[in-house]
Amino acid sequence: MKTLVFLEDHEGKLQKDSLGVLSKAASLDSEVEAVLLGADVEGLAGEAARYGAKRVHVMEDVLLAKPLPQPRVDALETLIRAEGFDTVLFAATVLSADIAAALAARLDAGLNWDLTDVVLDDGKLVGKRPALGDSVYIDVGWTSEPRLALIRSGTFEPAESGGEADVVRFESRLQDFSLAAEMVEQAHEESEGPSIEDADVIVAGGRGLGSPENFALVEELAKALGGAVAATRAVVDAGWYPYAAQVGQTGKTVSPKLYVACGISGAIQHKVGMQSSGLIVAINKDPNAPIFEYADLGVVGDLHEIVPKLTELVRARRAA
Amino acid sequence: MKIAVCAKYVPEAGGRIDPQTKRLDRSGEGALNQFDVNAVEEALKLKEASGEGEVVIVSLGPARALEAMRKALAMGADRVVLVSDDAAAGSDLVATSRILAAALEREEPELVLFGQQANDSDGAVLWAAVADRLQRPLISQVAELTRENGKLRGKRQTEYGYDVIEAPVPAVVAVSDAINEPRYPSLKGIMGAKKKPQETVSLSDLGMDAGEAGEGGSRTQVYALNDPPARGDTVKIEDDGTAAEKILGFLLEKKAL
Repeated sequence: MKTLVFLEDHEGKLQKDSLGVLSKAASLDSEVEAVLLGADVEGLAGEAARYGAKRVHVMEDVLLAKPLPQPRVDALETLIRAEGFDTVLFAATVLSADIAAALAARLDAGLNWDLTDVVLDDGKLVGKRPALGDSVYIDVGWTSEPRLALIRSGTFEPAESGGEADVVRFESRLQDFSLAAEMVEQAHEESEGPSIEDADVIVAGGRGLGSPENFALVEELAKALGGAVAATRAVVDAGWYPYAAQVGQTGKTVSPKLYVACGISGAIQHKVGMQSSGLIVAINKDPNAPIFEYADLGVVGDLHEIVPKLTELVRARRAA
Repeated sequence: MKIAVCAKYVPEAGGRIDPQTKRLDRSGEGALNQFDVNAVEEALKLKEASGEGEVVIVSLGPARALEAMRKALAMGADRVVLVSDDAAAGSDLVATSRILAAALEREEPELVLFGQQANDSDGAVLWAAVADRLQRPLISQVAELTRENGKLRGKRQTEYGYDVIEAPVPAVVAVSDAINEPRYPSLKGIMGAKKKPQETVSLSDLGMDAGEAGEGGSRTQVYALNDPPARGDTVKIEDDGTAAEKILGFLLEKKAL
């Protein structure tokens, strides 16, 4: 096995899931290698070594400064062809999913995504992929090399295994079409606002609320329960609630003692951000909503009636 | 502007996996993937804003997918090109992107739009493979799309907040399901949909060999289907007017208050 792990960085730090995937890869392949792409990233190689990388390939280019996928596809194609990697692993993010899929087309390589585990079965690499709302787990494989895989976010915890790594610089031509898209504004981690990551109780609202004004129902219940308010990507994208409150794959990962989901269908992207909550209560009018598959208590009904009533009951209980 | 929307025919009600073929069972009723409806809406808005152009639906699926694609025509799309070929069944990402790219090259649209994901596979990666094959710039996960001075400008959410990306056409853009509220087809639209051009093409029409599609053209495989890991008890109730009391009772029983 000759394994490469793509390491994603943001504002001078390696992304946690990348390190998790690197740690896992190191347990499968003791000679695992990693790659860093950016304008100024070589300084991160030491951290990669602590999480198991034996060699770290680095390409620094001002054209790689912004986190855009297409120039990274060119760089990875060059590296994978030159070094002959048979396995390339990515921690799934908005950026890396685009990179991995484009790379699959470029290399005529198999890509399995949304994996929650990778194992060696008699020397054969097998991925575990939950499908159809996690109702079935599929064992997936590859019929050729290199084998590409995207690992679901939050799957592997980073584990330090110490060590040193050789740092190897490489260069790659970047194609014109890869440089045609331009990032004119780049997101920065928001540090303002109350943090939902430390809350014991979270009441979350989704598109089922119907309108931004109805977030008041969620806020009232959260207040009565002494908890914080969270939101889904759909309502944050729609401008109903600030990004800082978003739970899910591209938002925060939370694990409160109690999570009350109001009008949230509970797609995988949301689930990965809250599935480790102690107790999950879901209210949704669609009886087929995926959230009912993993809510401890699921209520099929109209949240606009149920939530204000529940708020009153909790208040009365608290006052007693 | 000529816009192609890549749309998928998906089983209604989520679907199941056939234990024999280990593929998604597509024998039941199907529909236009709900996430692709947002892409259709965005295409129609862009066409309306520019006052000219064409919206073409491009799909890969069984012959009966044509009927589901009529929803897009009823909304206002101009025509459908469906790639339908027994040899394409079981195509994975690599093979599917190859087929779609071939169909899109034939159309030469200025903009290719994708929806956020397919609701039968949760896959959210196809557009990048297609963009690479077409050698076009890509903007994905777009929650706001505008066109100014011939350039597309997409606002998209990542793990860190919002990025803004600009790209010249021809380009590939994948939109999020928060980008718009899709219109409902009007009665007139529904009546007119059947008369709009609907073309079914085979792999050989696209100049492709059967071996480039289906299992032969794919690079992944399914070994086995397993039950999900056991989870704690889940209880589902219908609101009969006492749901709030029942939730309170549940929270008290679990000592969550």
